Amino acid sequence: MSIISRGFRGRRGGDVRLPPGQYLERGFPVLSAGPTPRISTDTWQFTITTETGDTAARWNWQQLMALPQVDVATDIHCVTKWSKLGTHWRGVSLDTLLDGIQTNAGYVMAHSYGGYTTNLPLPDIRDGKAWVVYEYEGEPLHPEHGGPIRMLVPHLYFWKSAKWVNGLTLMLHDKHGFWEDLGYHDYGDPWREQRYQGD
Amino acid sequence: MARTAVPGRLIWRVATVDATKDESATARTLVLDVPGWPGHLAGQHVDVKLTAEDGYSVERSYSIASAPDGTSLELTVQRIADGEVSPYLTEDLRHGDQLELRGPIGGWFVWDPSSTAPVQLVAGGSGVVPLMAMIRANKSKVPVRMIYSVRSPADVLYGPELSERARVSPLTLTYLYTRAAPAGMPVGRINADTLAAAGWPPDSKPAVFVCGPTGFVEAAANLLVAAGHDPAAVKTERFGPTS
Repeated sequence: MSIISRGFRGRRGGDVRLPPGQYLERGFPVLSAGPTPRISTDTWQFTITTETGDTAARWNWQQLMALPQVDVATDIHCVTKWSKLGTHWRGVSLDTLLDGIQTNAGYVMAHSYGGYTTNLPLPDIRDGKAWVVYEYEGEPLHPEHGGPIRMLVPHLYFWKSAKWVNGLTLMLHDKHGFWEDLGYHDYGDPWREQRYQGD
Repeated sequence: MARTAVPGRLIWRVATVDATKDESATARTLVLDVPGWPGHLAGQHVDVKLTAEDGYSVERSYSIASAPDGTSLELTVQRIADGEVSPYLTEDLRHGDQLELRGPIGGWFVWDPSSTAPVQLVAGGSGVVPLMAMIRANKSKVPVRMIYSVRSPADVLYGPELSERARVSPLTLTYLYTRAAPAGMPVGRINADTLAAAGWPPDSKPAVFVCGPTGFVEAAANLLVAAGHDPAAVKTERFGPTS
């Protein structure tokens, strides 16, 4: 039972597309733990490492651009409570990148330039649910939003969509990434408001 | 990267307003009595939940301004003119009112008061709030330099307390005014020169905390890295306006 805040009315007109505790944001706020790294597409690489530590696949920028490209329209939800509706992205499906890789893993750790990590169940980045994206609203993705390329896993809180992403490590067992180790939820479903460990 | 884990489940607690303090024309500190508050680290924030009579509720995050050892929890809220929550918190809320909160949240943007490295704080506007908690937590008198970028003298939060702390403790304060400055002082934004003149040199290996609006934090963090500070030693907290 919630306590009532005397005299508080609020705005109403809440959008049904907003998960609990979220508000509609028209700008595009930034949440990062440190300075924004500058990564050139000349040196960028993306590596998938298996649960046994072997390199399963690696792409440079040109090789990634040679893969099938897709446009994605989706809502995004940040754990800091803002949501954006109807955002547009362009990139490569993780189904394309994971295609043909043999694994018994149930989880992955996404890795980024700058040292950021975040953990996800492998099924959550398969079957058309996740991408690496390099365009936002028709423009190259700005570095402060994760450019040149970031993950996009929009059915989970946005910290799972690692900025400046440079690889995935397949894992047999779940392990905490950066924010998960600092008390944030391992899964992060906005519709179940899984913000922090124990939610 | 050294981290401080936040253990346990974060439950919603009932907070009662003990007092309010105006920090500027548009910012107010809420002094809250929170039974069972587990304590916090300087730099952390809380989630606040307001519920209307018909059950409609909203949540927002606010930085903690008080030192961890205080008897009450203090949040400083900057009012956003067309906001849904901040006008209520800064204009309507009064002694005895209740709201719900949970926390502390955030284990990365925190200062460990047992560390001896000098501290560099870089504040933009109301981004000073979590940095104020660090200054207030500095019992062991670690040397601190703060660069505080603010629109005008009237927008400075905690001005008298900062002056007093700068007088009695190793706190060096540098204000940058972006719109209107006191007589004889320039108007301008943070740049490589102001950073070099007012900040610790990279050789001093300071722990660096930057907090403010996104554009300010991007600019300041880029300047710090360009000046030679280790990116891993620069911790940032960015916020858009929280309505």
